[in-house]
Amino acid sequence: MKGLISIYILIPGSSCIQPNEVDMSSPLMYGTPSSRVEGTPRSGVRGTPARQRPDLGSVRKAPQVDLHSEPVAVASEPNAGQRLVIWGTDVNVGTCKEKFQRFLQRFTDPNSTEDENAGLDLNEPLYMQKLEEISVVGDPVLNVNCRHVQSFDAELYRQLICYPQEVIPTFDMAVNELFFERFPDSILEYQIQVRPYNALKTRNMRSLNPEDIDQLITISGMVIRTSQLIPEMQEGFFQCQVCAYSTRVEVDRGRIAEPAVCRNCNNTHSLALVHNRSVFSDKQMIKVQESPEDMPAGQTPHTTVVYAHNDLVDKVQPGDRVNITGIYRAVPMRVNPRQNNVKSVYKTHIDAIHFRKTDEKRLHGLDEEAEQKLFTEDRVQTLKELAAKPDVYERLSSALAPSIYEHEDIKKGILLQLFGGTRKDFSQTGRGNFRAEVNILLCGDPGTSKSQLLQYVYNLVPRGQYTSGKGSSAVGLTAYVMKDPETRQLVLQTGALVLSDNGICCIDEFDKMSDNTRSVLHEVMEQQTLSIAKAGIICQLNARTAVLAAANPVESQWNPKKTTIENIQLPHTLLSRFDLIFLMLDPQDEAYDRRLAHHLVSLYYQSEEQMEEEFLDMAVLKDYIAYARTYISPRLSEEASQALIEAYVDMRKIGSGRGMVSAYPRQLESLIRLAEAHAKVRFSEKVESIDVEEAKRLHREALKQSATDPRTGFVDISILTTGMSATARKRKEEVAQALKKLIQAKGKTPAMKYQQLLDDLRGQSETAITKELFDEALRALADEDYLTVTGKTVRLLA
Amino acid sequence: MIHINITDLWLSNYVPILIYSTASQNNSNSGWETKAVEFFQDQLKERDTHTLVPSLNDVPLHYLKPNSLVKFRCLIQDMFDPEFYMGVYETVDPSTKTKMLRCGKYKDVTECGVDFNSRNTVTAERQTFYCVPIPGENPWVKEISSSCLTEARVVPSTSYAPSRQKRSYEEDDDMDTQPQKQREPHAGPHSPSEHHGNGDCKRQETEAPSSQTASASHLDLNFPLPGEKGPSCLVKVYEDWDRFKLNDTLEVYGILSVNLQFILSMETAEEQRVHSPPASLVPRLHMLHAKPLPHNNPLLPSAALEDNSAFLSSTLSEMASVREEILSYFTHVLLGDALAAEYLILHLISNVYSRRDVLPLGKFTLNLSGCPTVASYTERFYQIIQQLVPSSHYLAMSLQNMNQMRLVPKKDYVANRLVSGALQLARNTSLFLDETQLEQGQLDTTGVRNVTALGNLISWQKVDYDFNYHQMEFPCNINVLIASEGRSLLPSDCQIHLQPQVAPSHLEESLSSIHMHPQASSQLNKFRIYLSMARLLDYSISDEVTKSVEDDFVDMRKDDPQSISAEDLHRMLVVARLLSLSLGQTSLSRDSWLRAKHIEMLRRSRMEQHKCVNGNEP
Repeated sequence: MKGLISIYILIPGSSCIQPNEVDMSSPLMYGTPSSRVEGTPRSGVRGTPARQRPDLGSVRKAPQVDLHSEPVAVASEPNAGQRLVIWGTDVNVGTCKEKFQRFLQRFTDPNSTEDENAGLDLNEPLYMQKLEEISVVGDPVLNVNCRHVQSFDAELYRQLICYPQEVIPTFDMAVNELFFERFPDSILEYQIQVRPYNALKTRNMRSLNPEDIDQLITISGMVIRTSQLIPEMQEGFFQCQVCAYSTRVEVDRGRIAEPAVCRNCNNTHSLALVHNRSVFSDKQMIKVQESPEDMPAGQTPHTTVVYAHNDLVDKVQPGDRVNITGIYRAVPMRVNPRQNNVKSVYKTHIDAIHFRKTDEKRLHGLDEEAEQKLFTEDRVQTLKELAAKPDVYERLSSALAPSIYEHEDIKKGILLQLFGGTRKDFSQTGRGNFRAEVNILLCGDPGTSKSQLLQYVYNLVPRGQYTSGKGSSAVGLTAYVMKDPETRQLVLQTGALVLSDNGICCIDEFDKMSDNTRSVLHEVMEQQTLSIAKAGIICQLNARTAVLAAANPVESQWNPKKTTIENIQLPHTLLSRFDLIFLMLDPQDEAYDRRLAHHLVSLYYQSEEQMEEEFLDMAVLKDYIAYARTYISPRLSEEASQALIEAYVDMRKIGSGRGMVSAYPRQLESLIRLAEAHAKVRFSEKVESIDVEEAKRLHREALKQSATDPRTGFVDISILTTGMSATARKRKEEVAQALKKLIQAKGKTPAMKYQQLLDDLRGQSETAITKELFDEALRALADEDYLTVTGKTVRLLA
Repeated sequence: MIHINITDLWLSNYVPILIYSTASQNNSNSGWETKAVEFFQDQLKERDTHTLVPSLNDVPLHYLKPNSLVKFRCLIQDMFDPEFYMGVYETVDPSTKTKMLRCGKYKDVTECGVDFNSRNTVTAERQTFYCVPIPGENPWVKEISSSCLTEARVVPSTSYAPSRQKRSYEEDDDMDTQPQKQREPHAGPHSPSEHHGNGDCKRQETEAPSSQTASASHLDLNFPLPGEKGPSCLVKVYEDWDRFKLNDTLEVYGILSVNLQFILSMETAEEQRVHSPPASLVPRLHMLHAKPLPHNNPLLPSAALEDNSAFLSSTLSEMASVREEILSYFTHVLLGDALAAEYLILHLISNVYSRRDVLPLGKFTLNLSGCPTVASYTERFYQIIQQLVPSSHYLAMSLQNMNQMRLVPKKDYVANRLVSGALQLARNTSLFLDETQLEQGQLDTTGVRNVTALGNLISWQKVDYDFNYHQMEFPCNINVLIASEGRSLLPSDCQIHLQPQVAPSHLEESLSSIHMHPQASSQLNKFRIYLSMARLLDYSISDEVTKSVEDDFVDMRKDDPQSISAEDLHRMLVVARLLSLSLGQTSLSRDSWLRAKHIEMLRRSRMEQHKCVNGNEP
């Protein structure tokens, strides 16, 4: 049995090389003085040293068979040489090796979407190309997707999962033989190590149970803490104090058997451990916590200890989302090393073999959810059935926040926001990213359940953030630099906007936000990035977030005699960045009241089941949105483009009659986004004219509410884009001209009293002149360099 | 099968039976064990058997026998990671070499001579909960439940006395540990009981400021509220741990284990301290049975109300009359303001009974504005409430408290535990926010966060626990009462301005007369039962009444649309519900609806008079 095991432990070339063979001139010595690099750079399996794999745990730590207790079923069946299996498993080294080599040589994955495979020819054997890569790059690690193994050979996969400790070294052997046969001249630092990943389905930490012990598992989670590097002795180096003879002893189950007698000079107790010539491997303890999405409500997250070895040390940082593949271990805890009494509890940990960061790709701007959210086929079927229904749009919008009554258009707007437009990249033409997210502002009387709507959205989307304008500062929204109390490292902490990248940032009490804070939103809401220059850190972060904001009117009640801008006192530069601005007002009509009352009463007294029947489940809605966001990216059809152009031209025409601009390119962009979002709701890959129709309708509805000039009753987009309606501007100009005439009529008077002038103008004009209007007229004239105002005197300029 | 007489034998015999049953596992595969546990659970259902089991809440740990059966009334404060243990293992006797199968369930430590390589070893999984006594449980609850115990052996331990002494000294030195100072400006270290009856003396202990808890014990037992005491416990759960949620209140029956073994191999010293504290301080309890507690009022039968129709009907018939009494009592307490008293009753029986997407239904946060600031009125008022509800907490919203207190629980990744905060409370706890303590000044980051947390608690009945890298939302069900001078800066469902019927000059006098005489305890108990009962009743509304409510709403809007908004209707529906329940009616009647409308109208007209101008959101 021993001999069998040693087949794969004593990989030729590892420990049999004597230290005096070390060639100090080897170029490899410089790079890794501590790692065991021995032998002149030779190629071939025999020339390349194998590196110990503490991640697998050496077989010497495997349960030893007590020879006295029972007859050992030595697995070698004498008559069938081929049926030789490793003790305790059903793994036959030879067959296993052969199978794996066949897998490497033949496996192709034409439909691969993994980004690791970018640049590879998908119709050629995948792993052979990777081996070629290794020979070029010289990084002796081969990552193997277990799913590939499974589709190629289910039996091999089963063995890999059940006996990773035995199968992976076999894989190592197989791959090295194959590699050096293929590339006999390549030089590697050490032999290639196989790192499988993606075992089974990625499992939730919560579902780990005793059956998983010693099996290959993949779990996902978030790194919460990493320890310092722990040097773990692999091999002790002893030197005789008398004759300087040296010897090495491998660590066995955490202990070193110190040689008592020197084999050279036969002196007893003359050997001493030389620390700096002993071999250590790096080890790090990593704590992983289950990700918040995986958790059942009302429970606290579980944590698991992971040990990373050698080059996996420091691969992950606290806060990273990772998928970890490794071997699950359980070790009994000894109460006291000298006592036989043990605590009946095992200590569990995972020996990591492979890390895969799941949020890494966010930096590259790729949509990560594509891989994250996997839907079962049944689910996809349900979603598609739902999408095929003609009234899916209405269904979904009524499923949104069912506890909030009516406001159908607002819910539809928010629904479109949840889906978002199609992301387009114009960076080639210098335009940069084209915003795909829809921003919405809700304004209205207090107590019209704006906050509730925001809370609902925040709870619905996976990457939502909720913040209140009153409580947040610019820093809390963007990012700040913090000094880690332990490491004294500067750490960039991201705020709500960055955290809601790819999600929705809900900002309540938008009007209560300080100007300073609001100013950061300018960049976010159009460029979708966030620039930070703080404490020496300059960076631009992605903040592709949709903003859903709610604002209260300045005078507690909405004043219908004033424009939106005047009511909420927000800068028009910011307002124009909202695609849709809705007013949530209290409609006053009897039929509405009755329906509202009925809705509320039933809300309070209907049982939960009754409510469920009426509306779509929140989970279905969630999945529907996630599915559409991931898989559907509609493009404009010819017909739709025409419709959009027409709509835009129409919008511009409306105003031109009265001498004002009624639409800007920004409005066109909004229309496109809304139309795309509507197409997504239908699961349609093409934007069609019905989408444009709905986008137009919604946009018009929102405008009707928010951009109606209270003086004229017309919809006037300039209220939102310039902060002033066209009529107001016209009026201002008229007053300025009248004032100018008045001054000119006075003849050569270089200075006038302010109050006097106001009274004169008032006396002359037929309409009432407010003080504000007068001030604005003065300012307009001052801009023309006609006069200047100092205190209470008005002076004419030459 | 096994027949035992339920007497004293119960405690000492039960555990051996278990071990007996489980040891025989090797031939009948745990069948015995399930039978034993079932038998045990059946026995508990019998009347009074549960009172035979000593409770960790009342009996000091050193009076309890290790490996005996105990119960513990507690709140799940934290959930640790599941652990793997040897469910079944084999031991080898070193002298005789005989092997024996043993069971590791319900135990912390194995017997000697474990054979690690045995093929018969079965690894099993169990979960550990960190449980603390129900936070803010009032002294009267403790007293009554401990007197229920027939096994009551000793009065609650006096071993905490030295630390209390110490606390008092610190108080003298440290002038700014405010809450107590202000409450009792002239209270020396010896005088607490001289002032207000015996209830108050107890209160002192539960209300010590947070800065002083560290000195009480070297080990931070992680109680949500500062100054709490009592044992906390590591409860080992063997089955169905998924059905338990954080902050659930339970009565756990289990086997006590106080093995004084120290385990050396934990990850860090910090973590070790938290996860395996000395068993003498934090005993282990191996759960055999757990009973979720819908309430912790010991005066009510513990079984569900439906099963106890006799009790239900007798109390229901009395409710209207008790309501009259309690109303006049509250009117007296609230300085003659009957309307405020009415609302106070509604508040005290409110309960989040359901949630519609994000909206909690049934919450009724009351803001009592216009509280006199003289003669520490708010504190006295709280003492009254404390006498009536099973658990409550007084939170002085002073600047210092807001800036320093930890309200929201936070995950400590070094020790790997959830560090508790004052908002980690059991359901139906009364949280009394005293805003009269708030003075002008600057709130720092913590302060803003704390105020936001309180706001979230009131509006959505949820607390966002801080997990450093993300937040996690935990729904809660806490009755918040805000006492303030003007309108509170926190949101509330209902604000009522206090109108004392007492002349300011007599205020002092009438205040000193309001606290209840301890001898009237039968009266008090009646009130206690009333308040807890009203909360547990079912409620429905008939179609007929629904129709008339709708009509009413439409009519009111027709006259003056400004007079009533959707939000007002929301509130009126809650008021009507609570009003019906307070009268012991389980469905809404036309009368109750009109009465609800009436008191709402009175309240609103009063608000008109006190139109506030303090710049908070209108």
